[in-house]
Amino acid sequence: MTTVSTPEHAPPAPPFYVAPLKRGLRSLGAGLVFGIALTVIRHQDLGITLIYTCLITLICWFCIDFGRTGVARLVHKHSAAAPTAAERDWPGWPWMVVVIIVGSGVGFSVGTAAGDWITGSRSSNLYNQGSLPDALSLLLFALIPAIALTYFFYSRSVIAHQETNVQAARGQAAESRLKLLESQLEPHMLFNTLANLRVLITVDPKRAEAMLDQLIAYLRATLSASRTAHHALRAEFARLADYLALIQVRMADRLELRFELPEDLESVEIPALLLQPLVENGIKHGLEPAVRGGRLTIGAARDGDQLVLWVRDTGVGLRDAPLGVETGTGLSAAAGVPAATPSAEASGGGFGLQQVRERLATQYGAQASLRLEPVPDADGGTLATIRLPLMGIAPATDAKKS
Amino acid sequence: MNSGIARALIAEDEPLLADGLAAQLAALWPELVVVAKVRDGLTAVTQALALRPDIVFLDIQMPGQNGIDAAEAIGEDWADDASLPLMVFVTAYDRYAVQAFEQSAIDYVLKPVQAERLAKTCARLRAALEARATRTGASAEQLEYLTQLRRLIETNGPGRTSQAPLRTIQASIGATIHMVPIDAVLYFEAEDKYIRVVTAAREYLIRQSLRQLLAQLDPQRFWQVHRGTIVCVDAIATALRDDSGKVFLQLRGRPETLTVSRLYAHLFKPM
Repeated sequence: MTTVSTPEHAPPAPPFYVAPLKRGLRSLGAGLVFGIALTVIRHQDLGITLIYTCLITLICWFCIDFGRTGVARLVHKHSAAAPTAAERDWPGWPWMVVVIIVGSGVGFSVGTAAGDWITGSRSSNLYNQGSLPDALSLLLFALIPAIALTYFFYSRSVIAHQETNVQAARGQAAESRLKLLESQLEPHMLFNTLANLRVLITVDPKRAEAMLDQLIAYLRATLSASRTAHHALRAEFARLADYLALIQVRMADRLELRFELPEDLESVEIPALLLQPLVENGIKHGLEPAVRGGRLTIGAARDGDQLVLWVRDTGVGLRDAPLGVETGTGLSAAAGVPAATPSAEASGGGFGLQQVRERLATQYGAQASLRLEPVPDADGGTLATIRLPLMGIAPATDAKKS
Repeated sequence: MNSGIARALIAEDEPLLADGLAAQLAALWPELVVVAKVRDGLTAVTQALALRPDIVFLDIQMPGQNGIDAAEAIGEDWADDASLPLMVFVTAYDRYAVQAFEQSAIDYVLKPVQAERLAKTCARLRAALEARATRTGASAEQLEYLTQLRRLIETNGPGRTSQAPLRTIQASIGATIHMVPIDAVLYFEAEDKYIRVVTAAREYLIRQSLRQLLAQLDPQRFWQVHRGTIVCVDAIATALRDDSGKVFLQLRGRPETLTVSRLYAHLFKPM
């Protein structure tokens, strides 16, 4: 069993004495039941029997419960490995058997003696038995309920601990899903789009309606992308066009768009929204920071048995990215990306690129690659290129292409 | 006192949003005149300095220079004889720590801009402008405003790195990397996308932002005295305050004089 940090939504832990007190009361309850049972079976006086059974179970519980904690601490003090929270108060079953035997022996003797003192009578006790077998059979009387109760408490704590584990795991899964969703939805983009929509509603309701439709299409695609693993390049380009139409409203004349999708590649299947992070990066780090804006081109081509997809912007570029604007994305230079200045890397949208790389790696292994490089021509900017094995295309189109 | 008439500049890179804000302002505050709408942070500074509006609405995410840097530049280069414009930051997502200024003179609104929130801002701006018009000696208020602006800039800059301060500057000249010990540096000066590293003997260029560099320097030894200048305290021989309150630094080992901007003038006071 491993340690888990308490999930944030868990209620605060009760004071330390609550759990032992509960166990003590449950033991007392068992003592009462035991006493009543004895009275019924042996037709004894109920009051006197209860005094004995309750005293014996309480003292047995006290010795075993605190003996367990004490022995556990001792055992773990001398073991090399640091005990987990669950192990700390549990010495293991072999030690526990010793604790139970000693604890119920002491509990039975002291409990009986105390009962004698209260009632003024003299009962048979462990130390005044004639023979060892007699003493042992008397001890069994206390031992069996003690073992049963210990096992009961032990199972309960194991179940409780497992529940905590499950809850923590659930919490972590939900948190990581939320993080992914937040990164996909991009709050900055969303609120800016809504701000534009708010203005358009009064100024140009027709355009507002069109923009709203594009936002809906974008949201639907984003939210369902994780469920549909693949779609055709035609669909990929359509989704990107929806997204870019939203950006176009915001950037107006600062953004020029170009799509280059050859007809014969339209139905080639690729992982859904694979290009989205690259397009977002081109906008966010290339064109949005450029005072005059620029052009974004998304293209697809075939190179032998490979499919080449690219996103190119004519924005501020890797080398000329404004420094100190975005920090803390923590992108490490991964294979396939030429070393850029640390600041350009930091502004290169670490999370998005990493996502693309991970998807490529899990789908195609070493057969796919992602490159990010500055473009040396007059327009400058950045080029992101994905290469992956061409699949799901009829050989007939090969002839058409040549 | 000319009541109600105020002039505003809107710096917002998205034209629709600039128009929308202007329309909302026109409805809430008819006497407010929008003197210009600009679409990037650099033009925001030049236009603000040229047109001298009473109020500047600054989008935080703008091309060229972000709204906070633009505010810093406006604060530093504003004419000494005039009151600083009241600044309002506009942002789509409160990743920036502007909300820390809820109670300060520097206001912010979130996009999409909601009418009620903007009405509150307008009321605040009106009150501040009226208070200014009736007040005679405005220098204390100006100083307070500058302090708040400086704190806002600090909050939104990269925090000091927890690592040990930088000890060597690595500057390349051609294919050679020059290792410049930090003790030899007298001051750093931002120049376009570069920083000039000045020692007694010579100068080097490094490609970094002044903000990022500042985060790596020992704050005891290096002080920012201007948005474009970080100086080694030990290299300062004298600080001279002129009649207008401007401070100039004379250095040991260099002939030039450095100017301290009004945002940092408070650093130089007799003990």
